[in-house]
Amino acid sequence: MMKRILAFLVVLVLAAPAIAQNGPLRLTITDGVIEPITFAVPSFEAESLQAQQVASDLSRLVVQDLAGTGLFREVPATAFISQVSSFAQPIAYPDWRAINAQALITGAVTVSGNQLIVKFRLYDVFSGQELGEGLQFAGTVAGWRRMGHKVADAVYSRITGEGGYFDSRVVFVSESGPKDNRLKRLAIMDYDGANVQFLTDSSSIVLAPRFSPNGDRVLYTSFESGFPRINVLNVANVGRQQLQTAPGEMAFSPRFSRDGRSVIYSLSNGGNTDIYRTDLSTGQHVRLTSAPSIETAPSLSPDGTQIVFESDRSGTQQLYIMSANGGEARRISFGEGRYGTPVWSPRGDLVAFTKQNAGRFHIGVMRTDGSEERLLTSSFLDEGPTWSPNGRVIMFSRETQGAGGTSSMYSVDISGRNLKPLPIQGGASDPSWGPLQP
Amino acid sequence: MNILKKLAVVLLVLATAACTDPDRFGGGAGGAGSGAGADGLAGSASDPASPQFFNQTIGDRVLFAVDTSTITDQGKSILDGQAQWLLTNTDYRAVIEGHADEQGTREYNLALGFRRANAVREYLVARGVPASRLEVTSYGKERPIEVCSNETCYAQNRRAVTVLSFSAITS
Repeated sequence: MMKRILAFLVVLVLAAPAIAQNGPLRLTITDGVIEPITFAVPSFEAESLQAQQVASDLSRLVVQDLAGTGLFREVPATAFISQVSSFAQPIAYPDWRAINAQALITGAVTVSGNQLIVKFRLYDVFSGQELGEGLQFAGTVAGWRRMGHKVADAVYSRITGEGGYFDSRVVFVSESGPKDNRLKRLAIMDYDGANVQFLTDSSSIVLAPRFSPNGDRVLYTSFESGFPRINVLNVANVGRQQLQTAPGEMAFSPRFSRDGRSVIYSLSNGGNTDIYRTDLSTGQHVRLTSAPSIETAPSLSPDGTQIVFESDRSGTQQLYIMSANGGEARRISFGEGRYGTPVWSPRGDLVAFTKQNAGRFHIGVMRTDGSEERLLTSSFLDEGPTWSPNGRVIMFSRETQGAGGTSSMYSVDISGRNLKPLPIQGGASDPSWGPLQP
Repeated sequence: MNILKKLAVVLLVLATAACTDPDRFGGGAGGAGSGAGADGLAGSASDPASPQFFNQTIGDRVLFAVDTSTITDQGKSILDGQAQWLLTNTDYRAVIEGHADEQGTREYNLALGFRRANAVREYLVARGVPASRLEVTSYGKERPIEVCSNETCYAQNRRAVTVLSFSAITS
């Protein structure tokens, strides 16, 4: 009997390898099922009275960012055995091991006037040591969310070995009004839906914005003149001007080159749509495709040498890859249905796309040779994927069916897990995820 | 007399300017045959020289099958009427607006709407309307006139609408 109980206990211990880890804390993100890393964030120490609120809010934001990935799970404060009242205090590792917190994040917040200073440390509880060195970020009190995102990015990065994505922004189209008179305006938000700001008014339709590689400008399609035209908007001062494209009746579907110095886009003439490139400094235009079919939605590879785009030259929308200078293209999509809006991942290995098949829309990813196609979502109308700066998460638009149909933005891991809507007011579509902020 | 005539032209031009605002679709665009866009132009449907006659009696729009820009036989007879009207009423220009239903991606649908608008322009030009009087644009799936999510609505939304504007400059 006693032997039996002992054997049972041994099995229990063996069955929890993620907790009783060997070696340093590390989560390798794979496509398999991931056992989330458990973490504890005692409320950051407020080093002055006026820092109390922001210290508490900022600690919660770090928790939200990490838990929101689905890769980390919070151990709630109610389970804590020891408290961390001072940032300098040594860590009582056994107390954190006892509640199965694999990672411990402590921090301190100082406010002086408008200035905010955040310090944090990350501990690998089961190895009983600090993971990386303590870091300090300085910013403004109003920008406290960015400081919280920066802490979470550093934690994410140290544990996964990959870049983070929390301190980033998304430009999108804010929507209001009924389906047959929808008002659209350009807006920008933090990656988590906070701090929404409008960049244009809703006097004319705006579509499909795209961030520049460093996030300073946004390209979008505007109907100001009644004809689709491409505008370039400066994010800092909201100044905008029309892109001088090659001569054509309609210009749309713009994206920046990887160096931000030229724009690739679709131009329509006489019913035909092809892809062009315009150099922003010289104004020189190059035609990249010349087919009688629709060529649109171009996206450059991270090294800037290739373009993935969609074309209906085969009779239906499919994905093709060609050199960034144009020329022969090879088809990469061969599954059932139609494929559009390809977007090359920042890591270079995958292409995200919209697939339309049997009356449903999907967001999916495939390798750049078309193999290993995986559909991540399915709904009445999903479209327009955009990649997180680290290539781990995809954001897209989802429109609901019927007369009262509205559009909202969702994010999903490239594993297909962790599908969730962005918590913002009103309708929203066409997200474009910007870079990690400096 | 001269001044009055000028004034009338100015008023019509103003009305036309109002028409180029894409948000004009706001009021009553849902009603069939409401002539989306040309409401600002004067006239009555019983006057064959009026834009109302063009919009309602001849028909300002043609419809398309899913993912095509081929003009149907019914479409051809409407466009024959449009061409004849435009050849008679030479003071009018037109912007042909192509549209798509919601079953498609945004940018592809812009290109598809453009194809449809261009197919109408080519047909009208083949019937003798000077190309210089016809412009094309596309709203893709951005401006449906029917809002349900089934084929009865989609069929009405896959359209090319010939939107008249008055122009005293045209020969």
